[in-house]
Amino acid sequence: MSDRSPVVNFPVLREPLLSEMSGPGRNGMLVPTPFDVSRCTDVDVPSLLPALPEVSEVETVRHFTRLSRLNFGIDQGMYPLGSCTMKYNPKIADEIASRLAPVHPCDRRAFSPVLKHLFTLKTCLQEICGMDGCCLWPAAGAHGELTGMLVIKEALSARGQTRTKVLVPDTAHGTNPSSCTIAGFTTASIPSGRDGFLLASDLKGFLDSDVAALMITNPNTLGIFEQEITEIARLLHENGSFLYMDGANMNALVGIARPGDMGVDCMHLNLHKTFGTPHGGGGPGSGPVLVKKELEPFLPRPRIVQDESGQVSLMGDCPESIGQVHSLLGNVAVLVRALVYILSLGGEGLKDATVRACLNANYLKNRLKKTFALPYATPTLHEFVLTDKNQKPQGVSTLDIAKALMEFGFHPPTVYFPLVVQGALMIEPTESEPVSELTRFADAMEAIALAAGKRPEDLHETPRGMPCGRVDEVWAARNLVLTWNDLNPS
Amino acid sequence: MNIPEQLRYTKDHEWAKIEDNTLRVGITDYAQHEMGDVVYVDLKPTGTKVEKGDPVGTVESVKAVSEVFAPVSGTIIETNAALEQSPELVNQDSYGQGWMVVIAFEDAQDLEALMDAKDYEEYLSAEAK
Amino acid sequence: MPFLPTSDEDRRRLLEAIGIPGEEELFASIPAHARYRGTLKVEGPLDEHSLRSLFPMAASRVVFAGGGIYRHYIPSVVDAITSRQEFLTAYTPYQPEISQGTLQAMFEFQSMMASLTGMDASNASMYDGATSLAEAALMATRAKDLHRIVITRGTHPAYRGVLKTYFRNSQGVEVVEAPFDRETGQVDLPVLEKLVAEDAAFFIQQPNFFGVMEPLDAVSRFARKASFWGVVVSEAMSLGLLKPPGTYGCDVVAGEAQSLGNQANAGGPLLGFFCTRKEHLRRMPGRIVGLSRDNAGERAFCLTLATREQHIRREKATSNICSNQSLCALKAAVYLSSLGPRGLREVALQCASGAHALTDALKDLGIAPVFSAPVFNEFVVRMDERTRQRLEDTGIVPGIPIGEHYPEVPDGLLMTVTEMNTNEDIRCLIEALS
Repeated sequence: MSDRSPVVNFPVLREPLLSEMSGPGRNGMLVPTPFDVSRCTDVDVPSLLPALPEVSEVETVRHFTRLSRLNFGIDQGMYPLGSCTMKYNPKIADEIASRLAPVHPCDRRAFSPVLKHLFTLKTCLQEICGMDGCCLWPAAGAHGELTGMLVIKEALSARGQTRTKVLVPDTAHGTNPSSCTIAGFTTASIPSGRDGFLLASDLKGFLDSDVAALMITNPNTLGIFEQEITEIARLLHENGSFLYMDGANMNALVGIARPGDMGVDCMHLNLHKTFGTPHGGGGPGSGPVLVKKELEPFLPRPRIVQDESGQVSLMGDCPESIGQVHSLLGNVAVLVRALVYILSLGGEGLKDATVRACLNANYLKNRLKKTFALPYATPTLHEFVLTDKNQKPQGVSTLDIAKALMEFGFHPPTVYFPLVVQGALMIEPTESEPVSELTRFADAMEAIALAAGKRPEDLHETPRGMPCGRVDEVWAARNLVLTWNDLNPS
Repeated sequence: MNIPEQLRYTKDHEWAKIEDNTLRVGITDYAQHEMGDVVYVDLKPTGTKVEKGDPVGTVESVKAVSEVFAPVSGTIIETNAALEQSPELVNQDSYGQGWMVVIAFEDAQDLEALMDAKDYEEYLSAEAK
Repeated sequence: MPFLPTSDEDRRRLLEAIGIPGEEELFASIPAHARYRGTLKVEGPLDEHSLRSLFPMAASRVVFAGGGIYRHYIPSVVDAITSRQEFLTAYTPYQPEISQGTLQAMFEFQSMMASLTGMDASNASMYDGATSLAEAALMATRAKDLHRIVITRGTHPAYRGVLKTYFRNSQGVEVVEAPFDRETGQVDLPVLEKLVAEDAAFFIQQPNFFGVMEPLDAVSRFARKASFWGVVVSEAMSLGLLKPPGTYGCDVVAGEAQSLGNQANAGGPLLGFFCTRKEHLRRMPGRIVGLSRDNAGERAFCLTLATREQHIRREKATSNICSNQSLCALKAAVYLSSLGPRGLREVALQCASGAHALTDALKDLGIAPVFSAPVFNEFVVRMDERTRQRLEDTGIVPGIPIGEHYPEVPDGLLMTVTEMNTNEDIRCLIEALS
C-alpha cells in the first residue's frame, strides 16, 4: 500500500432493506418446541402475526455480513477520534465475557464468582483513581455523570444545603451540562484561560454559596492537563463545593497521576474508552462512578461488600443511597472485559500504555503542527487539537479534511469539538498504533494539505470509493423517514 | 449581505417590520446564512404573552439550535404556519415568506432600542472583527 | 507487553522526533504534587491461559428464573454476525460514509421495534428497561406541566426504583404507585382511574412483574384522562403473542428487549427500547437513524433529529444519553430477522405453554399460583426460604423470591418458563419438591 495515494477499502454495494427482501413463507428457522401448545387456552392469540420480515437464514447472514462490510472498525485501521480513546479491544476479553453469557443473575451458584470478579474490578479502579468508593452499575459515561451528580446533590442535602448551580468549563462535553440538568441543577459555563486550561483566579469570580460543584475534564478536551487542579480543588472545598471529574480522558493519566490525589471528590470512568472494551457501534459502554469517603454512603444501591472472611455479597440496605440507577447491575459483561484488560497489563503495564499513548500523540502533534494550525502552544498529553485555519483560505474546511482521510483508510478525528476552537480537528491516536500507522496517518494528513493548495475542489468531492458519498443530513431531517413503514406508507 | 432599508434589527439578528401597532419578526439574512439549511422551526402559539427578550421560538439546522427572541414586549397574534411544512423558506426568503411571528406590542418605546439598517450593518462588521 | 506495538527502538525514535530527552518530559505539564510516583497495586500482567483459568463458569442445571432477564434460545447466526469486528469495534456512526452498516441495521431495528409495539417510531436503544421508563416519564413532563407520575405497583421493582431515583430532585412532580388487586394480581382499576388526571402521566407494565396480563382494554377506556400514558414491557417475547401495545392508544411503549437475541449475561448488557408516536418525536430521548440520500442521489442512512441531543442542545437536551446499547440492538435485529413472524409467535407460544405445564404440575403438589388472572410465561407461587435454598443446593433455581419488594406476598416466588426449559426440567423440580 503506497503511503501517499488513497486506498479504497470498501466494495461499492447497496444492500436492500430486510423489508424489501421479505417473501411470504421464506423463513425456515426451527425454534425449540419442548411444550405442547394446545394447553394454552386462556391466551387470546391474535390471528395477525407480528409484522416482521420473512427471510431465510442464508439471506439473514448475507444481509448482515454485507452490512458489516460497509462499516469501519478499529481492527481495520487507526481510529483517531479525540476523547473517544479508540484503542485495540483485546480478543481474550470477548472470549472470557462470552462465558458469562448463559448465566442468569439469580442463579447464585453461577453468579457468585462473577460478583467476586466485580469486587476485584472495583478495587482495581479505586487504586487506579486514588478514590475510596466505587459503583459499577452506570451503563455509560453519561449515566455515570448523572449518578455522580445525584450523589453530590444527596451529600449536600445531608449537610442541610440546597445548592443549585454547577460550573462547567466551555470545553466540556455536552453530556456534562445535560446530566446536571437531569440531576436537578442549573449550569454556568466558565471560560478556560488563554493557555487552554482553567485558572484558579478565574474560578474565584464564579464561586458563591450556591455552587454545588465544578465539573471538569482532566486532561481537558484540548488534551491539556488542568495545571491548577489542586488549587481549584482547594478553592472549591473552601467554598463547600465538590470537584467532579469527567474521566473521559483518563487514558492520559492511568499510572501517572490519580484524580483522588488532586482533590477530586467524585468522577466517572468510561471503560469503553480507557479500558479497551469494544464500542459496538455506539454501545454498550460502562461508566463506573468513583467517590471519596464522604460521598460513599450516597452511592446507588446495591453496594458490593466484602466481609472479614473474604466473602463478597450485594448489600441492598443502604439508607442514605440515592437509590437504584439500573435494572440490575449494569453492563456486567463489559465490566468483566475491563477487568480482563486490566489484568492483562498489570500495574506497570497500565502505566506503560499511558506513556505510549502520550508518546504517540506528541509525535503526531510535533509533525502535523508544521502543516496545520495549532491553536494552543501549551503541552498536551494523549490528544491534541489542530484547526483548518491554514487550509480555510484555500477553501478547504475541517469537514473536507475529515472526509478525505477516509480515502486513505482512516476513520476521521473528532471534528468541530471542542466548541471553543473554530474548525477543530481533535486527534487521539492511542497507544495501540504502531509507528508505521502513525507515519501513514501523518503522510495522509500532509497529502491532504498539499491537495488543498493545488486542487481544493477535489477535496469537496471526498470521500470517493466509499459505500456512499456525503449523506444529505438536511434531507433526512426535513423528511424524517425513520422506519420502513415511513418509506411505503400503507 | 442583504439588509433591507425599511426594517429594524436586533443584536440577536432578528428583523422587525413595523405594521401599525404590530411587529412582524423573522431572522436576518445573515442569521439564516450562519445557521445553514433550516430543517425545523418551532414557534410559541398565538396568544402567548412575551416580554422583550423572551424566546418566541427556535430555529434548527441539522447541527445547531438557535432561539428567536421577542424584540418588544407584547402578545403573539400570528405565527407563520407555512414554516411547519417548509422550513426552507427561512433560507430562501428570510425577510419575506420566512417571517415567523407577529407581535402586538404594548409600548412603542420598545421600538426605539431597535437598530436601523445602517446601524445593523455596522454592528455586523464590528462583530466580524 | 500485549496490545502495545511500539518497541523500545521505536520509542527512542519517537522521542527523538519530538525532541525531548526522555518519556518523563511528556508529563512535564503535570505539576509535581499531582504526579503519582508509586506502582499501581494491580495484579498482572497475566497471559491468556492464566486469565482463562481465573474465569471458570458453572451454572445450575435447571433454571426457572426470569423477572426482567430471560434465557431464550439464541440461534448461532446472532453471535456469528455480531462478533464481526466491523460491528463490534466501530464507534457511534457519526461519519455516515463509513458507518452505513451500523446505520442501516439500526434503521431496521427501529422498523421492527415500531412494528412489534404498534408505534410510529423507535429510537436506536436505551440502556435498559428501567432507564427507558425513567426517560419516558421525563419526556412526559416535557410535553405538559405535570404534577404526578403514576406507576402501577405491578411494574418491575427495579424500574420503579430507577424512576424514583431520576425524579428525586424534580420540583413539583411526585411519583405515585397504583396498587394491585391481591386476588387477581392485576392493577386495581378503580384506584388507578382515580389517580389518572390531566396533570398526571401514567405507566403500566404488560405483562406485569407477576407475569399477569393487565386489562389494557379497560385501562385504555379512561387512559386519555391523563396527559400522557405508556405501556412498559420487560419480557419483549410477549410482543410475539399479545396485541401490540400501541393499539391501545398509548403515547409510548418503553422497556426491555434483552429477550430478543441477547443472552442473560449475568445481568447485562441489557437492551432498553423506546417507541413513540410521531407527535412526540422531537421530545424523544436517544439516537435516531433516518433514511436519506447521498450526493449521487442514492439511498443512504444517517443519524437525524440530533438537535434534541446533548452534544448540540447541551443543558436543554431531551436526555443526557450518548452511548447506548447499539450492539445489543443489532443482536435483536439479527434475531428477529432469523425468527421472522412465525418463529417469534412460536417461541412466545412455547413460553406461555411451558408456564401452563409447570402450573399444572405444581397444582398436583398443592402449590397454586397466588394470583388468579391469566399469565404469559411467569407466575407467583408461595415457597418458603428453606425449600428454595434446598432446591438451589441441588442445582435447581426454582425462581426469584419477591418478598423483599412485595411485603404483600412475603414468601412469594416468581417462576419463569421459557423455551429453554423442558418437561424434564419440570419433572426434576417436581421430584425435588415431592
